[in-house]
Amino acid sequence: MTAVVSCTNIKKIYKQGTIDVVALAGVDLTVEQGDFVCLSGPSGSGKTTLLNIIGGLDMPSAGEISVAGNMLHTMSKAQLAEMRLQHVGFVFQAYNLIPVLTAQENVEMVMQMQGVSKRERGRRARQVLKEVGLEGMENRKPPELSGGQQQRVAVARAIVSNPKLVLADEPTANLDSKTAENLIDLMRHMNSEHGVTFVISTHDPRVMLHAKRNLKMEDGRLV
Amino acid sequence: MKQGYTLIFALAWRNLWRNPRRTIVILFAIVLGAWAMIVMAAYSRGMSQQVFNNAIDNLLGHIQIHAPGYLEDPVIDRVLDTQQPALKTALLAPEIQHTAARVRVPAVVASERDSQGVTLLGIDPAAEADMSFIRKSVTLGKYFEGNQDGGIILGKKLVERLETSLGRRVVLMTQNSQNKIADRGFRIVGIFDTMIDAQETSYAFITLGTAQQMLDLGTNVSEIAVKLSHADHTDKILGGLRAGLPGLDVKPWYTLDALTKLFQDTWEGSAFVWYLIVFLAMGFGIVNTILMAVFERTREFGLFQALGLKPNFILLQVWLESLLLLTTGLAIGNLVSWLTVLATGDGIDVSAFSQGMEMVKLSKIIPFVLTTDDLVVANAVVLILGLLTCLYPAWRAARLVPAHAITRV
Repeated sequence: MTAVVSCTNIKKIYKQGTIDVVALAGVDLTVEQGDFVCLSGPSGSGKTTLLNIIGGLDMPSAGEISVAGNMLHTMSKAQLAEMRLQHVGFVFQAYNLIPVLTAQENVEMVMQMQGVSKRERGRRARQVLKEVGLEGMENRKPPELSGGQQQRVAVARAIVSNPKLVLADEPTANLDSKTAENLIDLMRHMNSEHGVTFVISTHDPRVMLHAKRNLKMEDGRLV
Repeated sequence: MKQGYTLIFALAWRNLWRNPRRTIVILFAIVLGAWAMIVMAAYSRGMSQQVFNNAIDNLLGHIQIHAPGYLEDPVIDRVLDTQQPALKTALLAPEIQHTAARVRVPAVVASERDSQGVTLLGIDPAAEADMSFIRKSVTLGKYFEGNQDGGIILGKKLVERLETSLGRRVVLMTQNSQNKIADRGFRIVGIFDTMIDAQETSYAFITLGTAQQMLDLGTNVSEIAVKLSHADHTDKILGGLRAGLPGLDVKPWYTLDALTKLFQDTWEGSAFVWYLIVFLAMGFGIVNTILMAVFERTREFGLFQALGLKPNFILLQVWLESLLLLTTGLAIGNLVSWLTVLATGDGIDVSAFSQGMEMVKLSKIIPFVLTTDDLVVANAVVLILGLLTCLYPAWRAARLVPAHAITRV
């Protein structure tokens, strides 16, 4: 097995005025290709901070981190953006779609930035939207979709370019139970059938139930 | 990469219309600003060109040749001989379009009721026709039929002052080349109307032949006016004439009429200041709109970065929004300005102020003159300064930390 993510003694300290707030107090974590990892823990335990650092959205205060062979702590903002574009998909708690783009355009966006041809990205976007159950809704804009549908578009966008890693931050938090179940099934399906690696931060026991590994965080550490 | 640019262009255009009311308000400000700049420039350019053309047509020409000392003391015995070979050779340059020899001396014109001091001009009717205002300004009677025509042409305002009229006789008195009083009666054969009172009361025109005979001048004249195919050739021809005519006084229009030169220079400077003032008013609106759009979409910019859009692309996207906003506003502004200029036709009537405006050689009708140069400068000022102004909001958007931006409510 290949390690997609490798964190060594990751620390993150925020300054709030004169006070140092420790968000991560030395995290060591390895995620293998094809893994399905759930991070759970109380609010403020550092789950989202860890996901942000793994995704290169934020930089650690100390420690070393490697994602898909890239040493993130040594990279510039532009290099981090390129790394995310090529290797990482994101699903956020609040669906975070671009409101001026249709569902298909939202899904195509990453591929467009990667330079995939118009025909190919259209084909792949329609196929993935069909897989997440949104066939026929390709031309709807986010405000015309329900919360569950928007989150499925976000999942489709995260997986459409076959990233090595998908990071999901409480993806079921704003969904009703049926929609949440569907989304979990979808992610499990992507993991088992397409080998997509997931790291999910969640409070949802249903998500944890399907995880290959459940990790708990407390006070900025894995316990 | 090309597809990335297509994406940010599409995003920029759609984002522009995300808040249509705000976009329309700022577009209106840009259109109004562009309109104010361009129409004001066209009006000022019209004034400037009219001042220049009127000055050149007002017996000035682009260059004048005189006997030494004539300009300081324009008396009858400071004359030059039109038959000298050097003069004829010097005036053969291809850039010289027209030349006109004149007798120009102070005189008094008297009717039965009144008299007035004037500048007596003896002109060659054929040469002067393309040289100055006189031929096209004769609105009553006729222009001279030949160089021996014995009539006189006076301005409309002067005729009114002298309480005389077309066909009646006036007497001209001046000093001849022997320093004796020369006087002669003339019938008014033509009345000219230039809408500039000062011009209409200053000159009395007779033919060159008549003047030379009346003043015992032989083939001598007071001045030779030179009109060029374009004013830009002035310095080149001036140098040639000075070199070819070392014994004569050769002067350009801008030395002979310093006020017109001053007006031209002042206009160039003040137009740019006007552009900047209008832009300042407009610029705050533009930067506020773009800045608000950036603040509102902080979370979206974080998302773009999370999805792999590089900071430079974020900057470019915001900048492109500004560019689209500015170019759309300018396109409409240019169209509205062009229609405004078109609607004014020959110009606007400023007769209410024309008494004062005569001082700077302006007529009662000021035309709007839209030049490519003025259009380019006005548009460039808005576009370049607008884009520079929008660098700040664009830079702010690009330097957001994605993890913080994406959680911003």
